[in-house]
Amino acid sequence: MIDLQGYGPRLLEGAMVTIELAVLSLILAVILGLLTASAKLSRNRLIHGIGTLYTTLVRGVPDLVLMMLLFYGGQIGINMLTDQLYYAFDIDIFININAFVAGVITIGLIFGAYMGETFRGAFQAVEEGQMEAARAYGMSPLLAFRRVRFPLMMRHALPGIGNNWMVLLKTTALVSIIGLTDMVRVAAEATKATHEPFMFMIPVAMIYLLIATLSEWGFAKLTKRYNTGFGESSEWNN
Amino acid sequence: MEQLNGWFTDLLSDNMIFTANTLSFYWGGLVTTVQLVFLSLVIGMILAVPLAIGRGSKRRWIKLPIYAYTYVFRGTPLLIQLYLVYYGVVFFEGIQDSIFWVVFKQAFFPALIAFTLNTAAYTTEIFHGAIKNTAKGEIEAARAYGMSRKLMMRRIILPSAFRRALPAYGNEVIFMLHASAVASVVTIMDLTGAAYYVYARFYAPFDAFIFVALIYLCLTFGIMFVFRKLEKRLLAHLRPRGA
Repeated sequence: MIDLQGYGPRLLEGAMVTIELAVLSLILAVILGLLTASAKLSRNRLIHGIGTLYTTLVRGVPDLVLMMLLFYGGQIGINMLTDQLYYAFDIDIFININAFVAGVITIGLIFGAYMGETFRGAFQAVEEGQMEAARAYGMSPLLAFRRVRFPLMMRHALPGIGNNWMVLLKTTALVSIIGLTDMVRVAAEATKATHEPFMFMIPVAMIYLLIATLSEWGFAKLTKRYNTGFGESSEWNN
Repeated sequence: MEQLNGWFTDLLSDNMIFTANTLSFYWGGLVTTVQLVFLSLVIGMILAVPLAIGRGSKRRWIKLPIYAYTYVFRGTPLLIQLYLVYYGVVFFEGIQDSIFWVVFKQAFFPALIAFTLNTAAYTTEIFHGAIKNTAKGEIEAARAYGMSRKLMMRRIILPSAFRRALPAYGNEVIFMLHASAVASVVTIMDLTGAAYYVYARFYAPFDAFIFVALIYLCLTFGIMFVFRKLEKRLLAHLRPRGA
């Protein structure tokens, strides 16, 4: 194994943090995205408004600023909340925000907005006739969603999800700024200590490229699968 | 109105944070951010046009290096690219003795280089996509007029490709504005840097970051507005009639 002046193992640990962070925030983002898409398609004015406000605000502000706001502000906000709880109900709790959890929540929140836009378009692309047919078969709304709307929607959503995933992966690098020890932070620390930027930054860049290349391949496979029955898969283009 | 006035006075009366001093910090940050983003976008676009044409070339030795460049720069985080240029610039033989060192000593220029290379890669792909999607009929018509490849590129393909690239390029401009926030990491006092300073000085994350978020939001809306106007003008021929 390459030693990298003793930083090799730490760099690998950092890479694991990056991957875990990216995958967990992707899951959170997909859940939030589905909720947002439903909210934006809702006929209820208030719910629709909340969904629109969320996507507009998040997409109008840099990721780093939101991250700093949630990370630095989050602890103070929670402390204020627990203080209130203490004064009002005499409940004494202390919640310490873990940097990793904060990172997952922030990135999940940011990309939930982008996923919401992707899913909204995909939901609308599913023909209503398909859902009517599902209802005519007596499927419950949940079953109809799982068996009909979701698989049909994924065909339209996959290119967008793929793009969002690639951007999300690169955004995880920002958590190094707010103090999470991902591979970028390890590389930055090593660079400052040894004055050898190329030795540490280039391997990290290559790991990002490797993950991106592998996921591109994975998404191509998925696209093929969800396009079954729709002829040649033509929608995926990078 | 009276009530609103009173509310504002109350709100601002015990405001310790937004003094003339901190506001001037934010203003300086705004100027730096706009300069950085604008310059990198302009230089990036100038680089991207020939690169996009080369990217669509039939010759492999032109096409492949450009593809490799865009692949690497689009596949890695901007933060890494920034670190590489910022810490790597001193490794150029003799740069510290040359006249350029006055310029490269500051963080602004390494950041400008990193941002330019990054946006040029994205813009190349956007333009390349638009050039590739030129309608066959337009090219055939140009050929029928006996235009040379060069003339055809200049008069037919590029103007129509730029128009089609406009919506995607608008997104890239906004993306670049947001991505420029990482400049604060290498000691540049851009908008985010100013906000961080105010946060650290007063320990007031909500005031500092929400205020800067609002500035970014205004800038984003401004860019969106300009591009929507441009699209309306330049893509008027693509809209359905009577709309």
